Amino acid sequence: MDNPGFRRGSFHSSTSDEDLVEISGATLDFSMTDDVPPLDRDLGEFMSYNGGGLNVPNKMMDFLEEPIPGVGTYEDFNTIDWVREKSRDRDRHREITNKSKESTWALIHRVSDAFSGWLLMLLIGLLAGSLAGLIDISAHWMTDLKEGVCLRGFWFNHEHCCWNSEQVTFEDRDKCLEWNTWSQLLISKSEGAFAYILNYFMYVLWALLFALLAVSLVRVFAPYACGSGIPEIKTILSGFIIRGYLGKWTLIIKTITLVLAVSSGLSLGKEGPLVHVACCCGNILCHCFTKYRKNEAKRREVLSAAAAAGVSVAFGAPIGGVLFSLEEVSYYFPLKTLWRSFFAALVAAFTLRSINPFGNSRLVLFYVEFHTPWHLLELVPFVFLGIFGGLWGAFFIRGNIAWCRKRKNTQLGKYPVLEVLVVTAITGILAFPNEYTRMSTSELISELFNDCGLLDSSQLCDYVNNFNTTKGAKLPDRPAGVGVYTAMWQLSLALVMKILITIFTFGMKVPSGLFIPSMAVGAIAGRLLGVGVEQLAYYHHDWPIFSGWCSQGADCITPGLYAMVGAAACLGGVTRMTVSLVVIMFELTGGLEYIVPLMAAAMTSKWVADAIGREGIYDAHIRLNGYPFLEAKEEFTHKTLAMDVMRPRRSDPTLMVLTQDSMTVEDVETLISETTYSGYPVVVSRESQRLVGFVLRRDLIISIENARKKQDGIVSTSIIHFTDHSPPLPPHAPPSLKLRNILDLSPFTVTDQTPMEIVVDIFRKLGLRQCLVTHNGRLLGIITKKDVLKHIAQMANQDPDSILFN
Amino acid sequence: MLGLEVYFTETLLRVRPVLTGLLLVQLANTAKNFEDVRCKCICPPYKEHSGYIYNKNITQKDCNCLHGVEHIPVPGPDVEAYFLRCECKYEERSSVTIKITIIIYLSILGLLLLYIVYLIFVEPILKRHLFGHSQLLQSDDDVGDHQPFANAHDVQARCHSHANVLNKVEYQRKSVFDRHVVLS
Repeated sequence: MDNPGFRRGSFHSSTSDEDLVEISGATLDFSMTDDVPPLDRDLGEFMSYNGGGLNVPNKMMDFLEEPIPGVGTYEDFNTIDWVREKSRDRDRHREITNKSKESTWALIHRVSDAFSGWLLMLLIGLLAGSLAGLIDISAHWMTDLKEGVCLRGFWFNHEHCCWNSEQVTFEDRDKCLEWNTWSQLLISKSEGAFAYILNYFMYVLWALLFALLAVSLVRVFAPYACGSGIPEIKTILSGFIIRGYLGKWTLIIKTITLVLAVSSGLSLGKEGPLVHVACCCGNILCHCFTKYRKNEAKRREVLSAAAAAGVSVAFGAPIGGVLFSLEEVSYYFPLKTLWRSFFAALVAAFTLRSINPFGNSRLVLFYVEFHTPWHLLELVPFVFLGIFGGLWGAFFIRGNIAWCRKRKNTQLGKYPVLEVLVVTAITGILAFPNEYTRMSTSELISELFNDCGLLDSSQLCDYVNNFNTTKGAKLPDRPAGVGVYTAMWQLSLALVMKILITIFTFGMKVPSGLFIPSMAVGAIAGRLLGVGVEQLAYYHHDWPIFSGWCSQGADCITPGLYAMVGAAACLGGVTRMTVSLVVIMFELTGGLEYIVPLMAAAMTSKWVADAIGREGIYDAHIRLNGYPFLEAKEEFTHKTLAMDVMRPRRSDPTLMVLTQDSMTVEDVETLISETTYSGYPVVVSRESQRLVGFVLRRDLIISIENARKKQDGIVSTSIIHFTDHSPPLPPHAPPSLKLRNILDLSPFTVTDQTPMEIVVDIFRKLGLRQCLVTHNGRLLGIITKKDVLKHIAQMANQDPDSILFN
Repeated sequence: MLGLEVYFTETLLRVRPVLTGLLLVQLANTAKNFEDVRCKCICPPYKEHSGYIYNKNITQKDCNCLHGVEHIPVPGPDVEAYFLRCECKYEERSSVTIKITIIIYLSILGLLLLYIVYLIFVEPILKRHLFGHSQLLQSDDDVGDHQPFANAHDVQARCHSHANVLNKVEYQRKSVFDRHVVLS
């Protein structure tokens, strides 16, 4: 880890090297001329390379070493070099600090550089909040467009249309004169079979239209805008590059099509895509600041903060957002990012609050307002809900991954538009008859979380009121009326339908999130259980388990609480979130009363789900796509050594290396064109195989092309040297090409006897792409991140060929 | 005509921050439109009288059962018991924000749809007129993240930059839809 210390090690005097060689008994030829010059002369060189040396002013660098555009950037679908990026940032910071002593302008530059991070967070929060407001208001409106239109102004949805109406009755709060359903508009009738069929038909038609628009826009303009986005963002934050994934067009299309997808009645949510939208905002705003535009590692810090802002506006939970970013999405999360993420999340939540999409200063549609206490014995049904959540989560992940694999490998994947339309049609046709699937999922959750009081007149709150036993404002447990029983079986049907249809919906080629459907499944299950327990307590209040605390006339069971706990359990079972889930739920309820039930359910569901399958949905999708994501949470416990994993193996050709000063331009170009490795080690000579450094393929290609065009005299027979001084050339030889500035002089090495546990740990902690393996000081092989991932997969008996990228 | 698509995307990209700014400005003058505030009083069924919902436009400090309930359906001595069950809430919204947001959304959607129509119908005709043979979509594999529409001034350069963006989308489309490499 300590770069300077390691580099100094390579400058040991030849006597100690030879001592070691004598002891081990190997016969190696150590000629003095091969050694690099001694330490003091090289201190200048020592400091001039720090990952490309692009930004370091060093008077000893000659004019040929000015930065070439393109060197130090990465190709698409490659991993960044974290160490290089971080040291580049440190150099930049050092330079600015040193220069700031020179003039006032430089001092101002330094202050503004330090301040730029906060300004960027502020802008990200504002933009993410505004976009979330746009999405919320538009989705709310378009969902109701399937059912009817407001005559007062077409931009009002159902609730806002009847907002000021005088004719609203207690029983039918939804009906008002200004809101016309489609049958009312087209045939001026609102009751009757024909009106019903017409409404049905218009509902499915609008749903199909929205879905068609969504998938066409995604296909034509931004194919990266489909799906949830969280698996890919996790991979990007761990160092992978997917160009265009967080670009302008992806942002625009994702925002627009998210509204369309949610409004089409499909069983998906908008929380996951909101994280993608917020990260796109973060990435786009990074381009305004040089500090973040040029450095991939710093940019990923900003993206972590942007992800926190995304979750914050999705749930109205800033703290939950930061914890979600920390737990689920980010890979390296320095403490400095914690504070900035919180700031971005707060600004985003505040912006959304001032836009006020839901009309009463709430950020989310399903806000829990009751504070009734719960009893310790209720932990039994809560744990039961946790078990249900875990089971459902594991079942859902298996089903969804199997379906996505089928989509990836078979003919099904060739008809994305048709698939979306068919699923939308099926969802629409099945959803319309049942009132609980016809309404949008957020509204359903909101209704399920609601505690029934005297003021509610919905079907779910149709309890038999006995006014003689009412004492003041506290409502006792009441027997269920007819409406509640109807609601129960309708909800059961809705539960089955949602469980099945979400498996086929998540992962389609439209933006789709997973949080809301899982919460809906859990809320329905919870409410069913809650009403069941409530009625059991009412009719059998003399049983020993109830008699102690739930006497007649007491308000002991709150079905709304069961719904909330069920929602948390199912969400935890699918995503395997722990802390962030509990914090999000407690921020939704606004109080600490329900923390114990929530934690009980979340922990139970995670344990049950982990017992069945190790991975959450996002990790499963990462593995399905073969992204090079090194899981940070799992321990590697096998006893293999580095030499078991390194390449080349026994049957492979020997390692492709470059020598430090004996290869010509033509040799190097042939080597590059014949092999496809992303980097090559540089050794002193082929006989000694002593390591000098590591050079990347992309940098080599760009530098050689640039040299051929711009430098005089570079031809195919010019010698390339990575040393500081040109090797002695015969007369009339073409000038040599110095490529020392693209050489990484401090590649990480391990010996061949290093246990793989340590190697995996090094890769994880430092974010390496490759690591060289030495034996007795000589270069033996190389281990890349892909090799590590394949090895882990092999050890876990999974398919090692599914790792696609490096 | 080719300038149209440059103009499109330029406007799209430049107008977005302006529109966001507009949105925020609108919030600043939160419309205290008289029809954007209400005092909603819900009174549940009492004895033989059915429940009522009253929506009135009164100020926040006056929003209680006394002022919020318009005509009291119950006789004198029961009024207090009736009022005990009623609940009044003061709510505010901004209809201007809603109107502007929906209009912004629909206009962006409309622009995108027009652009699709342009790409499908108009552009092949133009390509045939201007180039004769289709050799537009040749580009090296440098798929970077810039190449805006904005930098082009002459037709050919515009076409190349446009082709670059289309090529990027084509590359993304191949990765996602054809090879199923990303986002399956």
